Amino acid sequence: MSKFKNKKKGDLPAISTASLPDIVFMLLFFFMVATVMRDSSLMIENKLPDADQVEKLEKDRTTFIYAGKPSAQYKKFGTEARIQINDAFVAIDDIQPAIYQAINELREELKDKIVVGLKVDKETNSGLVSDIKQELREANALKVMYVTNVKKQQ
Amino acid sequence: MAKRAAPEVNAGSMADIAFLLLIFFLVTTTIEKDKGILRSLPPIDDSEIEPPIIKQKNLFTVLLNRHDQLLVEEEEMDVKNLRQAAIDFLDNGGGENAEGETCTYCRGKKDPTSSDHPDKAIISVTNDRETSYGKYIEVQNELVAAYNFLRDREARRLYNRSFQSMLDEKAKNQFKKDEKLNAQIETIKKMYPLKLSEAEPKN
Repeated sequence: MSKFKNKKKGDLPAISTASLPDIVFMLLFFFMVATVMRDSSLMIENKLPDADQVEKLEKDRTTFIYAGKPSAQYKKFGTEARIQINDAFVAIDDIQPAIYQAINELREELKDKIVVGLKVDKETNSGLVSDIKQELREANALKVMYVTNVKKQQ
Repeated sequence: MAKRAAPEVNAGSMADIAFLLLIFFLVTTTIEKDKGILRSLPPIDDSEIEPPIIKQKNLFTVLLNRHDQLLVEEEEMDVKNLRQAAIDFLDNGGGENAEGETCTYCRGKKDPTSSDHPDKAIISVTNDRETSYGKYIEVQNELVAAYNFLRDREARRLYNRSFQSMLDEKAKNQFKKDEKLNAQIETIKKMYPLKLSEAEPKN
């Protein structure tokens, strides 16, 4: 009889918390590895088009120009597609100075190899892209990369 | 009368499990890299030189209107047929290039009403201002694919390897120049020079 009586009700053993730091570190490392640093926060919708004839982009010599419709929280800028460089909307005339500045910030040996990455939403009118390209020609930044998502080859 | 408290779970191996998972994620996650279509813009030319007259048969006109419809050589076409049409045009080789050589490596139909030589064949893309960018890229992609297909075919015929593998090797050894490889890549690029012209959008 006494064999059963011994079990008292509130006698649960404490859960060991010794492994908690490990779990936390694991999560930390995971997020450190998986996060992509984005240096400018996007104020526009940016669904990239698909292509399969793609080349890799060389980060060290690339500057980005974004374009697309302002996203939900920036509706006050209208619904027409806008151009974004770094963290601000810019007018078409501001592209050239921005390109010159970007060239200035590059390493000496890469200055004449600048590539402009165009991250343009696929719903944008291509007239806007033509305007951007015209400005780039005037700024003599002739290498352009249309950044796309990679579609699997059929 | 044995005291039967539940035994404590041994936590000593927890760290091992954690590290195992950590290493697993370290190995499997890839940081995404941007990719895209690289293109050179034409420099601004102020000189008043008359552009050379290009024969209509050497010009492959692609029109893309504001409703994203495609007109290729005066005929409506679906985007998925554009690649083959461009390959047929570039690879036709119906005549001679500027130096008077015939295209010995072309495998096209040698149709006298289509392009003379890949040297002379020009693809001209015109789009409206209101064409969607997605469609525009789709068309560009198909045209680049046509060039890549022909270059790859020649690379396999001449050097028995894919053109992409040659470019990859060049990119890997960008600091030590491999003259032979560069010369091979140049040869193939010269066989099918990328002549894609883009007109200013009209309306």
